[in-house]
Amino acid sequence: MKRTVPLVITFIVGLVLIAAMFIPHWPFTGLDSKFSIFYDVIAVFAFILGGGNLLKVHLSRIQNRRRDWKYSIVTVSGFFLMLGAGLLKIGVPGGWTGDYQADGSLLKYLYDATFQPLQATMFSLLAFFVASASYRAFRAKTKEATILLLAAFVILLRPTPLGYYLTFWLPKPLQFLHIPNLSTWIMSVPNMAGQRAIMIGIALGIVSASLRLILGIERSYLGTEGKD
Amino acid sequence: MIILESQPILTTPVAHAVGVWIASLLTLMIFSFLYKDNPFYKFAEHLFVGISAAYWMTVAFWTTLIPNMIARLWPAHMGGVLPAAVGQPREWIYIIPFAFGIILLTRLVSRIAWLSRWAMGFVIGFAAGTNFTRYLQSDFVSQIHSTMVPLYQPGATTASTIGNIFSQLVVFGGVVSALVYFFFSKEHKGAFGRVARFGIWILMAAFGASFGYTVMARISLLTGRMNYLIQWVKGASW
Repeated sequence: MKRTVPLVITFIVGLVLIAAMFIPHWPFTGLDSKFSIFYDVIAVFAFILGGGNLLKVHLSRIQNRRRDWKYSIVTVSGFFLMLGAGLLKIGVPGGWTGDYQADGSLLKYLYDATFQPLQATMFSLLAFFVASASYRAFRAKTKEATILLLAAFVILLRPTPLGYYLTFWLPKPLQFLHIPNLSTWIMSVPNMAGQRAIMIGIALGIVSASLRLILGIERSYLGTEGKD
Repeated sequence: MIILESQPILTTPVAHAVGVWIASLLTLMIFSFLYKDNPFYKFAEHLFVGISAAYWMTVAFWTTLIPNMIARLWPAHMGGVLPAAVGQPREWIYIIPFAFGIILLTRLVSRIAWLSRWAMGFVIGFAAGTNFTRYLQSDFVSQIHSTMVPLYQPGATTASTIGNIFSQLVVFGGVVSALVYFFFSKEHKGAFGRVARFGIWILMAAFGASFGYTVMARISLLTGRMNYLIQWVKGASW
């Protein structure tokens, strides 16, 4: 029950979806889109599970007065405030039938005042870490590192006025070395070739991993409990 | 439900100004991490964790759970929330994701947590089944197809033809040699090794380009936040 049932479910669902691709007749017609909705609904429960786990962790931290427990109060309060505002549609013009994110709703207000600036600033903070990482990584010690450095340098120079003025004077036969042209070429030729090879590799990996999962060879998602 | 009728309270200039102040202070709290880890940063970080979890739960609830499950299972009761669902036939088949969803939540109860594997079985089976065909078609066959293009384009000038041929050859050679580099069943020596080495150069150029783009995106976000703060200091509106 603990391991066989999920393996059987995985096998049937995986096989049915592959069969639906090749058999466009009843009972396979539209099965993939129906399963896709099932998947989305289960994903919502996964969100709920995530929220439940978050509460479990932070409430136990508050209860046991563990390190930084006061900040857990902030997490829990923020969680309930946002959840209440969204689920109860507080301030939504049009009441229950109105759009949950309409202008004037508390959810939209909280989104604009807290969620959006926090998210944007968190990601913008990475600019500093990327800068310090590039200082360490961009040392042209080997041929490979030099290529990496040059490609990144040309791409970064492209939108700047410096990138334009550095090479705009080049004669027509050498215009392909003009930084904006060179940057476009790097993006559409070596970059595309590299990305394409990576995509082909990933596709092969996913296909083999999918087969292993459907056939029950790969079982790590079941964990170790109840292992025969 | 709480409706603040005739209360565009949250759209008044005062509410707006308060929102701008909150957003600006939270932005500064996050940036304070550049000095060192401190209570202001921890406050903003913990707030972000809580509100983002709740925000995505809310979005998922109103955009997926209500229209795709509850409205299909109990359409007659949706008059107050989703009037369009009223009168639609009940679709019992949606009891399946409902059951799997409830089963997934058993993970929170350690004694019966193993039951959640049944829902995981569905999720994994779905992902494996769809990805198997999707990746085979779009990322494998079509990428190979796009690499094999004619070298000569009729009607092009000599210079652009030479340029195109060179670029197409680099793309083709780059894809093949990068794939050779990923092939580890044969030792990278001799001619095979030289091809693999060219593959590494192509991959390095691709990584460099991706890195450059990532840095640009982050810097653009940073300038956005800095602009916001400058506008806030100047007392301009949102």
